[in-house]
Amino acid sequence: MSEQAMKLRGRVAVVLADNVDTDLIYPGRYLNITDREKTAEHLFELAYPEIRAALQPGDIILGGKNFGCGSSREQAAAAVKFSGVGAVVAKSFARIFFRNSINLGLPVVTAPAVQARAGDELEIDLLAGRIVNLTTGAVFDAAPLDPRAVELLEAGGLIPYLKFRIQKSEVRIQKAEGGSQNEDPSDEMQAILNSDF
Amino acid sequence: MGMTLAEKILARASGRETVAPDQVVVARVDLALSHENADLVRKSFQEIGVARVWDPEKIVIILDHRVPAESEKTATTHKAIREFVREQGIRHFYDVGRGGICHQVLAENGYVQPGMVVVGTDSHTTTHGAFGAFAAGIGATEMAGVWTEGELWFKTPATMRIEVDGEFAEWVSAKDLILYIIGQLGADGADYRAVEFDGPAIHRLSVASRMVLANLSMEMGAKVAFTPVEEIAPDAGARYERVIRIDASREVAEPQIACPHAVDNVKPLSALGHVPVEQAVLGSCTNGRLEDFEIAARILAGCRIHERTRLIVIPASQRIYLEAMRLGYIQTMVEAGAMVNPPGCGPCVGVHQGILAAGETCVSSTNRNFLGRMGSKDSRVYLASPAVVAASAVAGRIAHPAEVTA
Repeated sequence: MSEQAMKLRGRVAVVLADNVDTDLIYPGRYLNITDREKTAEHLFELAYPEIRAALQPGDIILGGKNFGCGSSREQAAAAVKFSGVGAVVAKSFARIFFRNSINLGLPVVTAPAVQARAGDELEIDLLAGRIVNLTTGAVFDAAPLDPRAVELLEAGGLIPYLKFRIQKSEVRIQKAEGGSQNEDPSDEMQAILNSDF
Repeated sequence: MGMTLAEKILARASGRETVAPDQVVVARVDLALSHENADLVRKSFQEIGVARVWDPEKIVIILDHRVPAESEKTATTHKAIREFVREQGIRHFYDVGRGGICHQVLAENGYVQPGMVVVGTDSHTTTHGAFGAFAAGIGATEMAGVWTEGELWFKTPATMRIEVDGEFAEWVSAKDLILYIIGQLGADGADYRAVEFDGPAIHRLSVASRMVLANLSMEMGAKVAFTPVEEIAPDAGARYERVIRIDASREVAEPQIACPHAVDNVKPLSALGHVPVEQAVLGSCTNGRLEDFEIAARILAGCRIHERTRLIVIPASQRIYLEAMRLGYIQTMVEAGAMVNPPGCGPCVGVHQGILAAGETCVSSTNRNFLGRMGSKDSRVYLASPAVVAASAVAGRIAHPAEVTA
């Protein structure tokens, strides 16, 4: 995929505060929904249901510090992506949300100094780590993505990435070795295991 | 150059002599844990298109979030998981009534060994750092990749060391210590970092209490967290990004409470004022173990729970349930007016078994108090130690255990 493909442009749909947690993004009661597209129906449902209604394809969500903190639920990243969001830009991300987004092919951009208001148009260069606020003209540094994250985003996420590598026989599919897991615990570990859980 | 625990384990798992913070490595995974979201993993795995998982012996699946099934949809999910584990020959599967909360069951059955790389599709997988494992939460699609290849890429985390000295005051526990630390460092205070707990106060803690520290480190963003074990230790010259020293007797002199709606919104109990509670919850992967029930039963013995408060008790596993019955803790709590839920996550995730109505307040020994976490977006959850939960159930408001155990 070309370098051009790692540039994107979009409108800031909403500016959120610090520590937006996964329960705010996607409530726990809907975790038994495993159809990724359907998760979008519950994006920000408890606290900010109006966000989803106002989203247009390719919009950017602007977060504060520690965006996506809390649970490992992948549905939080899926709900954002399948609501049509083009990217999430935040001052920082919680690590599991960050990885989930990349694995689903949703661009996530860490930009501690970024400043924009709802309605501003941003241009993001993921490889160079640069954000231009086209509305105000301001330019901000972003953390360049790790090369592995770039590979995953270019492929469209981890599933297409692995599919492609399997086709090219790059993935070694290991055979089960059988019985390798439960070695006898050491005496110390056995003592711990017998203790007061 | 000396390495921290996280660096040592990642070096071994990636076949290197050394690794340093920020270095990206591909590590062999020793153990892969999932709960109900195994169904989501299964879907991604089948999309990838591989016939067999990499090693069925290294995959553990434990149903805990919605047990027994609370809806037809969940029942269908559980059924799909049962069929999948049979088809793939995954023996380490714990069905309804066979296990309990995934982290507790994993620990109780000796799956986790020092030096292992453990990944789980649950953020509180950090718990297993109490056994010297590099244990991190991951997402479902990422787990499908692990089921396919048996390995995963990690950015080597920088390590923060937290040394704790001093004696815990009466009624102060590991839960109060970690809430205090989270309050000091903030919800992202350890984001992307490894945390090593050490010091005399940590060495005196029980295994169950060490699990509390590793478990809740997630709530300050930690990727992994360790408490000391005999088998593996950081090198003498290990480099730490930050070293924090805490005197527990002075800094954590009383119970700590995480107030709504953030785990880092922590106050000492005496600063709280009058907070009536409609519900009290004792349980979860954080505080549903035997020592938690022991202290709660001690406080509840001979008492009646306040007439306007309900107490919900959830043993973390079948094994704890049985032990707590044998030791009389369950009887004491039921006699006081508690309702006992089956081993599992209970109301913590906001799915069932004790959902809050608008306007209600809950004091809970669980791990998250995010807006709407346990029910209505207009409800409130205060996180506290098991002792404070039990005392509050008696007082009908958030209370110090000393108030009800004269």
